[in-house]
Formats: sequence, C-alpha cells, structure tokens
Amino acid sequence: MSSGGALSYVKKNMMIIILVAVVILFTVGTQGKILLPQNINNLISQNGYVFVLGTGMLLCILTGGNIDLAVGSVVCFTGGIGAVMMQAGLPVYLAVIVMLLVGLAIGAFQGFWIAWISVPPFIATLAGMYAFRGLSNVVLNGFAVGINNTTFLNVFGGGADCYVPDFFKGGSLNMTCLLAGIIGTAVFVILSLRGMIVRKQKGISSGNSAVELLKVVIIAALIMWLTYKLSQYKGIPSVLVWVALVLLIYGYITTNTAIGRYFYAVGGNEKATRLSGVNTKLVYFVAYANMGFLAGLAGILTVARASSAQPTYGQGYEMDAIASCFIGGASAYGGVGNITGVIIGAALMGIINQGMSIMGFSANYQRAVKGLVLLAAVLIDILSKKEKA
Amino acid sequence: MAKILLEMKNITKTFPGVKALDNVNLQVEEGEIHALVGENGAGKSTLMNVLSGIYPYGTYEGDIIYNGETCKFNTIKDSESKGIVIIHQELALVPEMSIGENMYLGNERGRKSKIDWHTTYVEADKYLRMVGLNESSKVLVKEIGTGKQQLVEIAKALAKNAKLLILDEPTSSLNEEDSRALLDLMLGFKKQGMTMIIITHKLNEVSYVADKITVVRDGSTIETIDNANHDIDEDRIIKGMVGREITNRFPKRTDVKIGDINMEVSGWTVHHPLYPERKVVDDVSLYVRKGEVVGIYGLMGAGRTELAMSIFGQSYGTLTAGTLKLNGQEVKLKKSPTDAIKHKIAYVTEDRKGNGLILSQSIKVNTSLANLDSISKNLVIDKDREYQVAEEYREKLKTKTPSVEQLVGNLSGGNQQKVLLAKWMFAEPEVLILDEPTRGIDVGAKYEIYCIINDLAKEGKSVIMISSELPEVLAMSDRIYIMNASKIVGEMKAEEATQESIMAAILKSGRGD
Repeated sequence: MSSGGALSYVKKNMMIIILVAVVILFTVGTQGKILLPQNINNLISQNGYVFVLGTGMLLCILTGGNIDLAVGSVVCFTGGIGAVMMQAGLPVYLAVIVMLLVGLAIGAFQGFWIAWISVPPFIATLAGMYAFRGLSNVVLNGFAVGINNTTFLNVFGGGADCYVPDFFKGGSLNMTCLLAGIIGTAVFVILSLRGMIVRKQKGISSGNSAVELLKVVIIAALIMWLTYKLSQYKGIPSVLVWVALVLLIYGYITTNTAIGRYFYAVGGNEKATRLSGVNTKLVYFVAYANMGFLAGLAGILTVARASSAQPTYGQGYEMDAIASCFIGGASAYGGVGNITGVIIGAALMGIINQGMSIMGFSANYQRAVKGLVLLAAVLIDILSKKEKA
Repeated sequence: MAKILLEMKNITKTFPGVKALDNVNLQVEEGEIHALVGENGAGKSTLMNVLSGIYPYGTYEGDIIYNGETCKFNTIKDSESKGIVIIHQELALVPEMSIGENMYLGNERGRKSKIDWHTTYVEADKYLRMVGLNESSKVLVKEIGTGKQQLVEIAKALAKNAKLLILDEPTSSLNEEDSRALLDLMLGFKKQGMTMIIITHKLNEVSYVADKITVVRDGSTIETIDNANHDIDEDRIIKGMVGREITNRFPKRTDVKIGDINMEVSGWTVHHPLYPERKVVDDVSLYVRKGEVVGIYGLMGAGRTELAMSIFGQSYGTLTAGTLKLNGQEVKLKKSPTDAIKHKIAYVTEDRKGNGLILSQSIKVNTSLANLDSISKNLVIDKDREYQVAEEYREKLKTKTPSVEQLVGNLSGGNQQKVLLAKWMFAEPEVLILDEPTRGIDVGAKYEIYCIINDLAKEGKSVIMISSELPEVLAMSDRIYIMNASKIVGEMKAEEATQESIMAAILKSGRGD
C-alpha cells in the first residue's frame, strides 16, 4: 500500500516533476542565467497573457474538451479598440472598461450560439477567429497604433516603469516586494493550517497530513523565493498583480463555488448533470462569456506590454492557452483539470521558450520543442491512466 | 445423433470486482436453433462476446471448440472468418449509407484501392432476397423501418458466410408481425442447415423456434432443456431462470403504514421527441401513496422509462395531455428537471453510467450534485459539510469504498448504484421513481438495495419501482401496474398478483392490437 501510495503521488505530480527537471536542465544549460532576477522578471512579463487566457480556456475545456479558437483575435480586437480610444484622448479608465466589456460581449455572443443553438464550439469560435481578426484590421485601419499614456502602461505592464512602486526606497532590495512576499506567504500558511485544523476537528480525513504540510511548506518557500528574486530586480511587475489576481479568483471559483463545480459536472457527464437539475446550457454560456472577458483583459496586457496595438497581435495565443491547459493535465474530454495545472503548463512553456532563447536556439526550434512537450504531456496522461484500468 | 458444432467448456470470465461467467458450459449441435435465456445481467451477452472474440483469447479461462478444433479468437474478424457471426441487440448500421454499403462495411468487394460497386450491389441484392426483403440495396438505411433494418443485419451476416449465427435479442425492437416474420425466417434457415443461437427475453418465441434451451443464471449455465417438439411450458423455463429459494432474496418490510395519495398522474400522454406521430406513453393514469412501494412491470420498450422521465420535468418527449397532482394539488411542472426536484420528485435512472453518475468525479461530488444549494451559502460550497454529507450516506447505505474521495468510476456496479441512490436521497424527495434499481448488480448488492427501498417506504416516502424482473416486482411492491406497448394494461395488489396473472395481462393486451 505504501509503495503504491508513493507511486500514485509521483503519477499525480508528474508534470511538477517534469517542470523541476526542465528548470534544472536549463539552469545547467544556461550556467544559471535563467534564474537571474531579470530573467525571472521577463518570464512573468512575457507570459502574463498565457496565464490569463489559459485560465479562461480551462473553463471551456472542462465543459467537455471544448476550446475557444477566437481568443487570439479577440485579444487583438479589444487591444486595438483600447489603443484607438486612448489615441483619441479618451480617459484611460473608460478605455479599460470598454475593452473588458467588448471582450465579454464577444464571449457572450459566441456562448449564445454554442449553448442555445448548439453550434459546435470549434466552428463558432473558428468563425470568431476570422471575424475578429478582420475587424481588428478595420479598427486599426491596418496600421500600428502607439500607446503613450503612462498611467495605462504602468498599471498594465508596459514601458520602463511598470512595477509596483517601492514605498520604502530600500537600496538594493525592493522592500515593498519583499514585504508583499512575506505577507502573502503568511496569509497562505495561516489559511492552510486553519483549514487543516478545522477539518481535523470535524473528523474529516483528507489524505496524509504530513504530505499536506510538506505541500504548504514548498509553496510558501516558492512564493518567498520568487518575491526575493524579484526584489533584487525592480520589484513586482504590475502584470504579476493581474495574473495573481486572476489565478486566485478563478482558483477559488473552480474549487469552492457551485458554478465552478458545474463546469466539472457538465464535462464529466452532461446528461447526468442536466437530470440533476442543473441548467447545463447556462454553464456553457458562462464558460465562453468568461473566456471573452479574460481575452479582453489579456488584450489590455498585450497592448500595454508592447506600448502599441497592431493587427497581427495575439496570433497563436489561443494555442498557447490550449496547450497550457493540456500540459497541465486537463482532459481533452472534459471534466478533469485545474488552475494549478494551468500555472504549471504555462510556466513550463514559458521556461522552455526562455531557456532556449538564452541558449541561442531560434524561435523555430522553440516551437518544435513546445509541440513535442504538448504531445509528451498528453501521452504521459493517457499512459498513466491506462495502467490504472 | 447430429454433430456437435460448438462446444464452450468451463468458460470463466472476470471483470474487476465481478465474476461475470463462472464455469459455463454450452453445447450446440449442427443445424439446431439453440436459445439462451436468463435474467438481465445473467451473463448471456458476455458469453456471446467471449465466443465472438470481443473479449479476446486470454482474457477468459476455458476452451472454445468449434467444428472440432480449439479456437483462440483475438478479434471479431477471427471468429467471423470461421463463420461465427453475431448480430447485436443494438443495430449497428450507418443510417446515412446505403443498404449495400452497410452490408459490406469492413468487408468491401473489389480491391482495397478500388471498391467494386457493381458486385457490391448485385451481391447485396441477392442476400436481401434471401431474407425476404424487397428493397434495392441502394436505398439508404435511414429510409427503411426498424423491422427491415433488422433484416439488413441478417443479410449482412449471411454475406459473411455465416455458419453459426448468433442473434442477441433480435426482436426486442420489433412489433408482433415483424417478430413473427423474423422467427419464420430463422426456421427457414434451419431447414437449409444453418446453426443459430438466439438470446431473447420473450419466452413464447423461445418455445416457438428453439430446439434446445440453455438457462443462464448468475454467470452459470443451470440446465439445458430439450424442446424438440416446441411445446415447452413457459413456467418450466421461468423456474430455471429464477430458480433459487425466493424467501432469502428479498428482505421483509416490517410495520407497513400506507398513507394518503402523494402523487397522482392521469391521462398522461407523451409523444416521441423525433417522431411526433408516435405515442410512447398512451393515456396512462397511476397514483402512489405515502409509504407505498408501487411496482411498474413491463418489458423493455414498453414505455416505462419514457413515462418516468416525462413525469420528471418532461425530461423525455413531448407531453400532449395529462395532469399531475402532488398531495392532491394539481401542479404544472416546467420543462426542466430543476422544477421536478423542487417539487420533491426524484428520478433514479436505469442508466447509471450514461444518465446518472459522473464517473470522473468523487463519491462526494456525485452525492451532492442534485442538491448543492443546501450546502452552499452565496454560491460558495461548504466543502466540509459536503464531505460530512457524503460520509453520512456512505455509512447509511453501506457503500464499500476506502473514502468518499474515491472516484465513482472505480466502484463496482452495486456500489455505484448506492451512490446514485445517495445522491437522490440527499435531494430530499417525497416521491422516488427508481428505474431498474438492481440492473446489472450482483445478488448481495441487490438485497441491500431492497433494504434501502424498504427504509425509504418506512420513512413515508412514495417509491415507484420500475422493473423487468418479475420476482423483484412481486416481492417488493405493495401494488403493481403492468405496462405494455405504451399503456397500463393492468393493476394488481401484490398479494393477488402472480407471475402467471401478470404475463396473462400482457399477453391479453398484446392480442388486442
């Protein structure tokens, strides 16, 4: 039993093990360069959109392996609208709200066809992919539109100054960042321990408490290490705030709320879920409307980082989002997957990209490797399940 | 003495947790029609799947001796090349393809690189005439009725040079006339020297066509009865099928208190969702009292499930007439299960894997699904409470599992059924409609399910139990409705009902139309 238990832990956390192995590999390959504070900072800034889109995509995939191909185009479209608005001198907050609402509206539009008219998601969103790519061109008139509103850039992660300001002005280390790390770690540890104690009191045994403690310690150490590294550079990139917010909120939704539960239920067995009194159509609709909303947010982050909007932005983003979900263990048939998986999947792809570029491989090789990693991840998933049966 | 064409010796087949076949022996003589009879889940289909190579050699124990040689089939192709062809209960035809294309699907005429359509259609037509079907083989399958589709299946089997034809419930979806035609066709084939095995629930058909009858019960062959004169008494077959002492199989219900009418349905008429002209439930009226267990007996396809699902928030078909009264008050349920659950009706499906459970989720998640609101505040689930609820039901229903975090897909059929019951008990219904609650689970688990049903009645719930197992209906119910061909054709008090009287009610109604 104990050896079987250990094996099942390994299987469950296979992708984490692979992630660690990849990090070690690149640390050796780049002579430690990949762990330099600046590179960690870049990793987060460059891949922020993957985490955000991956989160939205996860909900779609949970409902039955359904994907949203339109997100890349929606990112470009919403970003374009925002850039044009700001260029016209409209206030930043208005531009941001409009970008999010447009994203939400597009998501709702696609969700409507998918949920109530039963248009296959692949087709509905393929249509959206073409349509909004085209409309992006219309909005931007075919040209790049620059963004020079510093408030927008600072808040959403563009330009030179897109970091959470250091209120303490503390020399070589960014004290705000460190403090945030310490507070974050403390809150996480306290909440985890409290949950464990409450469950003990109520007599709910949920697995091995030693393993659970170890998990808490590892995650706490990871948060501390990350913030320490970032404090050695310029502090917390503003993108990280948005990404963390999205991950925390959606992590909570998927694990603790009724609607979160329904995404899993619909993907696991739609008929059974409907016969249990759940409005399954609404669940599909919410998944896609939400995807549109997060694509709007990703649009904001994308144009902020580039300080401009161009008709080609966001191409292939949908595939990055989909890949991060599947690498993170989401089932292509739905019903299985979680936010932690998205984080791992997105991080793994980001690290491979960055590690290879530091080592001097071209972007073409990076893509080839990404493809192989995706295939390997899904293979591992399938094989480990086969052994069980 | 005719030659033995097929002999299955000491076949044992185990699935995780269940012994589906236990030392089964079967002998089939050349040129005879051999019937396999037994209750649902007795192992008939499993046995035929072993024979046809669906369960390949090595996944079972025992020997298959066919035509004098021991066979080791790895795929269906292997058995078909020897002339053993199985026709499954569910028709396996592609509706959008022509009859000819269907007949030679996977067995195409001509070369791999170029199908010879001329030969395909000429040969297909030849076999269609042999089964007495007057259609061109170029007609699309979706354009002919079920009866004719069944004939296409047989023609397809003949096209594979079948020497031993296995028919798994060939008449289950056919009407009386088509069934008779099919049986006569079988008798015609027999004259030409074909050997056939037929699996069926319809005992009148068995006595009409079969030369020998082998009874399967709980994964074992019980006996082989000779029926050379086609005059066997159906009771004789039932005795073999039911067999064991009935007293131990069903728990006695103590201190029965039957109260007021809880739910009443009258004039309930439902039409098929795709073919609106077809009445699936025809003018059905029934009621159930508090603390009462009402059985609905009927064969598959009688409209039982359709009736139950349409009461459950019109989850099936289109309701065209009928009223529903709960506690004496007429209610009109919206077309959604949500509304039915709100009105304290629960429907426990016969298809627990397809319509009931989420196999990829834990026992905990499945238990709470139909009533998440009761353990949530502001849409946030109290997960500790959820765990406790699941744990409570696990103890109450004696579900065998290491933990309620276990995935439902890993449980045995009986335990899955308990999780399904737990889910609906947690929804706190007043009326529970249990559709085949003991299908495909072993005798021990059945007993425990019966105990749960008795407990529910004791708590004052109304239980409607739909079943095609006569002994179960007779032993568990206070009152029995008999359903046949979309209609209620009889109502009896349990103490007055017998197997004969119930079967008589069905037969009488069958002759009516």
